[in-house]
Amino acid sequence: MTPLVLTTFSAVNSLGYGVEAVHAALIARRSGLTPCTFEQVQLETYAGEVAGLDALPVVPELVEFDCRNNRLAQAALRQDGFEQQVAAARARYGAQRIAVIVGTSTSGILETEHAYQQRDAASGRLPADYHFATTHNLYASAEFTRRYLKLEGPTLMVSTACSSSAKVFASAWRMLSLNLCNAVVVGGVDSLCRNTLYGFSSLDLVGREPCRPCDAGRGGISIGEAAGYALLEWPQRAAKHSGVALLGYGESSDAYHMSTPQPEGRGAALSMQRALDCAGLSPADIDYINMHGTASLVNDSMEDKAITTVFGTHTACSSTKGWTGHALGAAGITEAVISALCIQHGFMPGCLNARSIDPAFTSEVLLDHRAATVQRVLSNSFGFGGSNCSLIFGAVA
Amino acid sequence: MNPVYVEGIGLFAPGLVGWEQGATVLAGRAPYAPASLPKLVPALLAPDVRRRTTDHIRLAVEVAGEAVRHAQCDAATLASVFASSESDGAITHNICEEVARPHPEVSPTRFHNSVNNAPAGYWCMAVGSQQPSSSVAAFDGTFAAGLLEACAQVLTEHLSVILVAHDTPLPEPLNSARPMGASFGVALVLTAEPTARSLARLRLTLPAEESQESVLSDSALEALRRANPVARSLPLLAALARQQHTHIALPYVGGQNLGVTLEPMP
Repeated sequence: MTPLVLTTFSAVNSLGYGVEAVHAALIARRSGLTPCTFEQVQLETYAGEVAGLDALPVVPELVEFDCRNNRLAQAALRQDGFEQQVAAARARYGAQRIAVIVGTSTSGILETEHAYQQRDAASGRLPADYHFATTHNLYASAEFTRRYLKLEGPTLMVSTACSSSAKVFASAWRMLSLNLCNAVVVGGVDSLCRNTLYGFSSLDLVGREPCRPCDAGRGGISIGEAAGYALLEWPQRAAKHSGVALLGYGESSDAYHMSTPQPEGRGAALSMQRALDCAGLSPADIDYINMHGTASLVNDSMEDKAITTVFGTHTACSSTKGWTGHALGAAGITEAVISALCIQHGFMPGCLNARSIDPAFTSEVLLDHRAATVQRVLSNSFGFGGSNCSLIFGAVA
Repeated sequence: MNPVYVEGIGLFAPGLVGWEQGATVLAGRAPYAPASLPKLVPALLAPDVRRRTTDHIRLAVEVAGEAVRHAQCDAATLASVFASSESDGAITHNICEEVARPHPEVSPTRFHNSVNNAPAGYWCMAVGSQQPSSSVAAFDGTFAAGLLEACAQVLTEHLSVILVAHDTPLPEPLNSARPMGASFGVALVLTAEPTARSLARLRLTLPAEESQESVLSDSALEALRRANPVARSLPLLAALARQQHTHIALPYVGGQNLGVTLEPMP
């Protein structure tokens, strides 16, 4: 495919506000995971909570959108000069020529959880100040993003569980290829809520300690929250850019089970192979793989097998969920940003919190950071329902 | 945009039970008589799997299965785009009720069915498809947004795509916050090249030239169109049923419409 440049990108997650905070935490091997105290949840686990959102309401003109999920989205739009770069693109292309594609899993469901706690005892009605369409509805944060950035192009919410904000890159390439727009704001946002904390616990997937991807004794995932955005354009049209491009994407379905990946990683391997084919690259062209690596027993094992199937045993790989936790629908964009940082700064992160790699693994999982020129990164995102997406990012020649 | 071709249709809504009966009504050859919907038992779901699914999931599998039978194609080869504004309201309600308790006990099956792409997951398992699958939403523009994404996949990925759009009413108290008067499910099999089976050629224009969305002249059908985000597809389905060259404006996002020019195929 014809590559797309990332003009700019932004991130907010438990490591901090802005890509510099994320980069600094990665280099310092400082995790954002802390004992979970969110909303008096009675679970013994760690979570990647974003501090300070309570003090950051959405702008007054979009007050009906105010909720934790859109606050997190707004925080990411305000970092890293992102909204200024979008404004410059808007001036160049026109508001109708910039699309918005956002990924989420649970959107602003926390608002509905609060509303259910405050139901009228007699009638069962929800409180009068509850705004469903602009907070909990799946599309809410895509509409919030388009209004905040004053854009009028095609707009879409992708919601495929934990692959959501990886798949936004594929949809963006399609829209640009059909000349429906000149640039696309892609992003993802998912915020902590009781639904996901208790839901993943019901499946015995949540670990008691900070998650340890690829570790022999890994005990499950840590749930995080995050938002991130990237502005995508054709390289010849971009005035300036980050030096990183989207080179390819691959999408596949497991067709195996709703909440368990196919144990041999067949769907995952297919998505990685399709990304390579899309980019016109061979496995040896990839310097580093940012794994989905949730630290669940089955995910990490099948992903190791899938990587070995496609790449053999010598391509460096690791998961960065030991820093951020699993940001679910925002994991794709969070790890796209981390992949871009690896290319910009020349490093490959070693799995945080892991002490020894699972002896059954055959891929080249990194425990320690490796300083190296990184030309190309493949980033994996896999979701419930067997939804797989792999993205390839590369340095712009 | 280049055209795409409609190869098969599935439909399930009050008074429009299957494409054959629905097309007769939508073409004006029979009166529209809304009736409560029969319980769905999609043959593609094995009984033990079906027991773990919800009405929302069964509606998607039912219309997708009908569209594939109509198109006489191999379902496993199709990429898929699922479009739903509200996802599974019964599950949302149930889990939100449960987690409002001090010591919640969420059902694991209900939780994994709560992801918006659960219908896509069950469909891919039912037909053994490892093709790309997306699940999208755009509030009242959900059908148009799904159609646009499906056509974009047809035209850029060189795959045939099944679009499955479906929404079911939320239970109270959520239905008061997002009223929906009826269930509606529709599926279209779309290809890049015409075949002997093609029913119509579609050309999309974004934004549409028209500032007013297309409506239906039959007041009961127009009420259905307005009762469910996915029923906004009805003007397109009526044009398919009538086999008439038609230009339609479907509500999209930001007050825009998606234009669709439909040419029947001989």
